[in-house]
Amino acid sequence: MSTSPATDSPTTSTARDYTVRTSYTQGLEEMRAAHKVLLEVPFTPSEPERGYNMRSLHVDLTAMKVTEKKVTQQMKDIFVGGRGFGLWYLWNATTPATRWNDPENEIVIAPGPIAGITQYPGTGKSLVVSISPLTDIPIDCNVGGYYGPLLKFCGFDAIEIQGKAAAEVVVVVDGPRGVIRIEECPLEPPDSHVLSEIFTHMYATGPEDYKNVSVVSAGKGSDHSYIGCLNFSFWDLRRKAARLKQAGRGGVGTVFRDKKLKALVVRGPVIKADLNHVADRARIQKVGSVINKEIHDLDSSQCNMRRQGTAHLVEVMDAYDLLPVKNFQYGNHPDTKNIASWVWDKRFTQGIPDGCWYGCTMSCSKGADGHVVKTGPYKGDVVTVDGPEYENAAGLAANCGIFDPDWLLESNFYCDTYGVDTISFGTLCAFVMECWQRGILNAERTGGLDLTWGNAEAQMEMLHQMARGEGFGVIAGKGIRQMKRIFAENGWGDPKLMNDIGMEVKGLEYSQYQSKESLAQQGGYALTNKGPQHDEAWLIFMDMVNKHLPTFEAKAEALHYFPLFRTWFGLNGLCKLPWNDIEPANNAEQAEPAKVPEHVHNYCEIASGVTGIEVTKEKIIEQSEKVYNFQRIFNLRRGYGKREHDWPPYRSVGPVTVEEYESRAERYDKQMREEIGVDPEGKTTEEKIAITRQYREDRYSKLCDAVYKRRGWTTDGVPTVATLEKLGIALPELVELVKQHGG
Amino acid sequence: MGADPGAPPAADRDTRLAVNGEPLDWREGMTVRDVLQAKNYVFKLLIVTVNGTLVPRGSYDDFVVPAGADVKVVHLISGG
Ligand code: SF4
Repeated sequence: MSTSPATDSPTTSTARDYTVRTSYTQGLEEMRAAHKVLLEVPFTPSEPERGYNMRSLHVDLTAMKVTEKKVTQQMKDIFVGGRGFGLWYLWNATTPATRWNDPENEIVIAPGPIAGITQYPGTGKSLVVSISPLTDIPIDCNVGGYYGPLLKFCGFDAIEIQGKAAAEVVVVVDGPRGVIRIEECPLEPPDSHVLSEIFTHMYATGPEDYKNVSVVSAGKGSDHSYIGCLNFSFWDLRRKAARLKQAGRGGVGTVFRDKKLKALVVRGPVIKADLNHVADRARIQKVGSVINKEIHDLDSSQCNMRRQGTAHLVEVMDAYDLLPVKNFQYGNHPDTKNIASWVWDKRFTQGIPDGCWYGCTMSCSKGADGHVVKTGPYKGDVVTVDGPEYENAAGLAANCGIFDPDWLLESNFYCDTYGVDTISFGTLCAFVMECWQRGILNAERTGGLDLTWGNAEAQMEMLHQMARGEGFGVIAGKGIRQMKRIFAENGWGDPKLMNDIGMEVKGLEYSQYQSKESLAQQGGYALTNKGPQHDEAWLIFMDMVNKHLPTFEAKAEALHYFPLFRTWFGLNGLCKLPWNDIEPANNAEQAEPAKVPEHVHNYCEIASGVTGIEVTKEKIIEQSEKVYNFQRIFNLRRGYGKREHDWPPYRSVGPVTVEEYESRAERYDKQMREEIGVDPEGKTTEEKIAITRQYREDRYSKLCDAVYKRRGWTTDGVPTVATLEKLGIALPELVELVKQHGG
Repeated sequence: MGADPGAPPAADRDTRLAVNGEPLDWREGMTVRDVLQAKNYVFKLLIVTVNGTLVPRGSYDDFVVPAGADVKVVHLISGG
């Protein structure tokens, strides 16, 4: 267990000038001169009323056409905004046969009605929706940066990007000038840390205007992999740098680059306190000032988000045996101290605001300045690394057996700038390293990459190969599901073992928590709509440590409430962190402290204050439940969304290998004796693994029964017509579809 | 009412505690902080009760846990 501070590198944040970094704007005029305007369309800028503009933008890159669409009352009533709007537009734009790289697949970006207020922390998020190359179903990502709110303040509640351009293009929405342009842009490199800086300088009217520009971009890694992510920029006034936030999951960057999109740029108005023209500003300010005081007074004794961001969780997860180590085999490691929060506390530049939207006093988007790049095309450059956040430290480092902060900064930096999802990359890298350990891969099969645990240089080379479109990196970039198929077809390993250790479900790689000892979290991951991301439900403490979810029904209730509550953030353009990474001083005295009731009340207040429609805590769940069920039915329409698609890899449920069992033998033997009713004495480890597996898989199956029942779904996981009617979403096409599947 | 499943068996009540239903050796003068350390509960967002009484976060170093106590340490949630 890691409890003592590690020795940090000699360079600390206090010794570093956070404004010093390599500049990429040389040659900007030449790049600008090479642009060719393919389309220029005027529009009338507007400001939202009560959170909505009531119109959105549709861009067709094949036809080179831009159209305005009306946002209807029915859209607001059923889908609210954000992820809801994204899913609805995507549903209408695609057919069940649409594949991720078909022109009709869309990338939809929508901020949601609350997005853009500045009086409450965590209110500037954009939601990105598309058909994923990894999962073949809709993916949704919740991302910071300024693009969504600025788009909204230009006059649009969403932007749909459809079609494919013939050459590399940038789509620019310029609010103050009232013009939308599509320009061919042949010379700029696609990598995000370069491109964001160049386009911020190119499209702002001058340094004073940089803050009003946001760039969405991917990178070379998105060109050659299925795990591409999007980077949304925001201008950091102190650092004088374009910082990046990631729409990470499911390969949205891959879709973006397949459309020959180099970037989306928005130039918005100067941000003022009431651009949303809310119904009752005082109501929002009242709860905003309370939570801002909480953050000010309590953060340093709670999560310390303002100094460490989510990296504060590294040593916590290690201490509870929940940190994924070596492809989720183990839950802690003695070297975790080298990548723990106290290291990042020193590496992050302190004392400057790090909010990814105006008014976010939680300010957790930390940056490590002065990183000198060690490898690849940017070797020797001095860069600011955005993060690492917990997921990056756990996935890129611990899960691959790499406990070195400098290498973590290196992989974090390159994943971001190449437009590669750090979570999928970390988990798939851990998978190939375990394949190496077990002889499924060797130097001949990897083209010479030595994927021994802890080999940071090999990890980086695999990433660079992915970006260059070369060698084993291209195979790895297809994701774990495709790798399992390819390795099995080549006869390299036992398909059953690869299925057990390949940490993906629905085609998406797991995010970075050990769910083995928490049945509720096994469901929290595998029963998700989009695939195993922790943003639906994180129930491990509640289940495993507090023992608050003793029955299947209690677990099912938690797997009903939390995914719906958290879906609501995505409908409104909100960040989840200020909900429960800070808690009121009297939270312990509340009836259900895990829900943070005072903050739920705050969300009711700000939603009501923005829209003028009374939002209660019950209405939050109602609003989400409509969209959540719609997304499940979307999966169904595409040939998924049933019980068989909710089945997890066994590594996430229990011990696959002898070493794994023996690393927690006491716990597993105790469970066998006390819960399964079998005496482990005299049994081989293999026999005990088999008995444990049968028991745990049976319990997972019973959990599915309980959750489906609670959600109003059939035993095959299909929403019933009665559920659709109860939710007010019994649209004929949805009813028809669920009926076909026994719903 | 049946016995609290979290409470230590009668024979152990002079020497044990129950922490979230699991036994822990007790010693004279043991504080809430000692219990948290013994369990390696390093997470900060905790709610601790001792025999049903809420222990404020600022009192963990001073609050002495009696032998046989039923200690509940509720971990809230944080993170990404
Ligand atoms: S809490 Fe962090 S991630 Fe969320 S909006 Fe604020 S700065 Fe951004």
